[in-house]
Formats: sequence, C-alpha cells, structure tokens
Amino acid sequence: MSIQISDPMLPELYKVTKIQENTHDTFTLEMVPKNKTKIFSFLPGQFNMIYLFGVGEVPISISGDPSSTDFLVHTIRAVGTVTDAMSKIKEGQTVGIRGPFGSHWPIEKAMGKDVLLIAGGIGLAPLRPVVYYILAHRSKYRKVVLLYGTRSPDDIIYEEEYQNWQENFDITVETTVDNTDSEWQGHVGIVSALISKKDFSPTNMVAIICGPEIMMHFSVQELVRREVTWNDIYISMERNMKCAIGFCGHCQYGAKFICKDGPVFCYSSIQETLKRREI
Amino acid sequence: MKMLKTILENHPSFQELEREHLKFVIDNAENIEFKAEELLFKEGEKADKLYIIQSGKIAIELFTPSRGSITIQTLGLNEIVGWSLTPPYQRSFDARCVEDSQAISIDGKALRIRCEEDSKFGYELLKNFTYTVVQRLQRTRIQLLDIYKIRT
Repeated sequence: MSIQISDPMLPELYKVTKIQENTHDTFTLEMVPKNKTKIFSFLPGQFNMIYLFGVGEVPISISGDPSSTDFLVHTIRAVGTVTDAMSKIKEGQTVGIRGPFGSHWPIEKAMGKDVLLIAGGIGLAPLRPVVYYILAHRSKYRKVVLLYGTRSPDDIIYEEEYQNWQENFDITVETTVDNTDSEWQGHVGIVSALISKKDFSPTNMVAIICGPEIMMHFSVQELVRREVTWNDIYISMERNMKCAIGFCGHCQYGAKFICKDGPVFCYSSIQETLKRREI
Repeated sequence: MKMLKTILENHPSFQELEREHLKFVIDNAENIEFKAEELLFKEGEKADKLYIIQSGKIAIELFTPSRGSITIQTLGLNEIVGWSLTPPYQRSFDARCVEDSQAISIDGKALRIRCEEDSKFGYELLKNFTYTVVQRLQRTRIQLLDIYKIRT
C-alpha cells in the first residue's frame, strides 16, 4: 500500500479550524486545506512536516482517523521552539503542511491476529490512527489490547475515547502512570510490566510500540520473554528530520533514514543498529 | 478461582520445585479475598504471610507525613506481594487493595522454617523469589528515570 504525493518539498496551506487542549503541555490541532479540492489521505504511522511560518518546521505524526480525508488531525507536545510557538496558535491561522511521509504500521499483517498496542506518553498519538483503522475493520482482527503508560494521571491523553473503544468495539485499554498523588485507581508502574498480565497468542499476534526508546526497549524484552518473535514486533523511531524524503541526511540512523525507511520499523530490521551505542 | 493446587503448580516461583517441596507450599496455602480499600498489611507489621494475586489489583504504598500515602507500584495477576522470607521479617510498606481482589495466602513463617531445615528447598525458593525481586527492582529503576519528562 502506498500513497503518491505531488511535490514533497512544497507545503500546502492549511487553516487551523479547531484547537483542543489535551494536557498542560499537549494539544490537538484540526486543520483543513485551503485548496478545497485537496484530498488528504494517509496510512496509520505516517507523519507530516508542519511549517509554522516565521518560526520553523517540525515532523509530527498524524493522529486522526485515516478514513477522514477532508481534515487533518495532529496531537503535539510543546517541547521546543517550534512546538512551543504552535501551542499559541489561534483558530483561523494558516500553517504549511508537507506529507504524508514515511512507513506505516502493519495494519494488513495484523489482520486475523491478536493486536497488542503499547504506547508511552505522546506515543499514543501515532497509534490512534491504528485504533481508528481497527475500529472500522474490527471483525478482521482478533483480540485487541492497548497498554498506555504516562508520567502521571494529568498527562493522559484521549481518555474520553477509551470508554467507547472498550464498550462498543471490544478493545481492552489499560493505563499506567509512573507516579501519582491523587485518588488514581489505575495501575502504577512502567507500561512494560502490564505485558506479563495480558493474555494473547505469542505465535499469532502483532505488537505495535510507540514511545521513548528506553520504554520500547523494555517492552520488546518483555515480549520476547513471552516468546513473541522480532518479526512480529514493530516500533516507531524518532530522529531530527528535516527534508523528510531522505535527501538531507539529518535523520540517518545506521544504514537507514528514519524519515524514508521509517519511522515505523519491524524490530528485526533495526535491532542490530539499536544495539550500537555509537549511533 | 481456579484450584489452588493447579495455580501453584503452574506458578513461575513454584513450578520447578520438587514434588515434596511443592506439596509443602500447597499445604501451607489458602484462598483469600480482599475488599477494595482493605489493607493487606501495614509498614512495620510482622511479615508472616505472602500473597499471590489471582484477580484485582494491589497497591504498594509508602506513607509520608506531608503527602499521605503514595502508590509506588500496583501489582496484579500472579504477582507476589510481601515475600516474607528474608530478615527482618517485617513489612517495609503498606499493601492496599485497589479493587476487590482474590489471592492465595501462603504461610511465610512456615516456609522460612522449612527453608532453614532444608537448604535445597531454601535455595530453590530464594532463587525464584530473587528473580521476582530483581525484575521489580529493574522496573523501579525505569520508573525513576522519568522517561516521559521533556528533555531540553
């Protein structure tokens, strides 16, 4: 499955139509193309380069529904100059969008199998399109479990959607936090600790992981302990992406470019590089 | 709840024990239920029992004067709470039931007396429990890394 894009270096103009504050540092933008004939389609896991004019351009995974082609959704965490400025964006403001770029999550390979989604922090945003895709094709997937870890209960995103996913689509969602002072009734501890408590078929499943590299590392270890093979584990990598089409070399990672060959990788294709501390 | 014997026979901490040793553990175990908010034990109490959770969720908590009870970790299916095998045989944290839970309670005092008498049993049991302790230590280390914090 692939999607053709016209001129990958030329941003399309999009108008911000809705802004939602998810947490104290995370927000979601809904945008529509200024060119009304533009149809935007993407695959779960792909990213766009979002250009805030006068400030800069950043790669952000698409977090909306892949079946919605008339508007675009990005959930962004304010972590640097550009994303800080984006957090102050107003409805009606114009941004430039290039994309979609990169590889996608194995939504076809996972059909007929158990699906284990493991997200850490803002890593849930690139996984939400997979959830939407599964919801739209629910009968094609077996057991679906989403394990989600964050820093504290205040950092949880998309919580209002979990109930619908669980009640109407038979998707199990479990959240865990690293620390809490509140009346939190959920899990406390690292997200990989939840893997051992889940029932899935290690030989007929696909694991999809997105979050900080260290969290993905320990999640993979736990999955391997459960006898899941590297070929059935997929992770999303993050590096400093600039051109997004494999020309500039900023995101080179060993023999691969994260923007072009990734960001989604089968673990077996990248595990050798992950082991090298020099890269 | 499944048969206590079947659960212990298949539990990672006991499944490789010799038949005689496994029987001893089973003979000193019983099913137990806890209601939500119920305390399994409190910091400072004697550590004479250990629990293997079968359903529900147990929170490991530390009480601090300024912040009250802080949950350090929650434990669930098949996880061990309060391994009473090593000195000073005293609880070092509170264990509170987050939701209605079922567990297998094992007489820790009987286990450690038998461990002293039968070093093979003691070694096997400690080896298996140490694995759990190391795993939990490693998880705590990752928690301490604060991996979701923004790095600038």
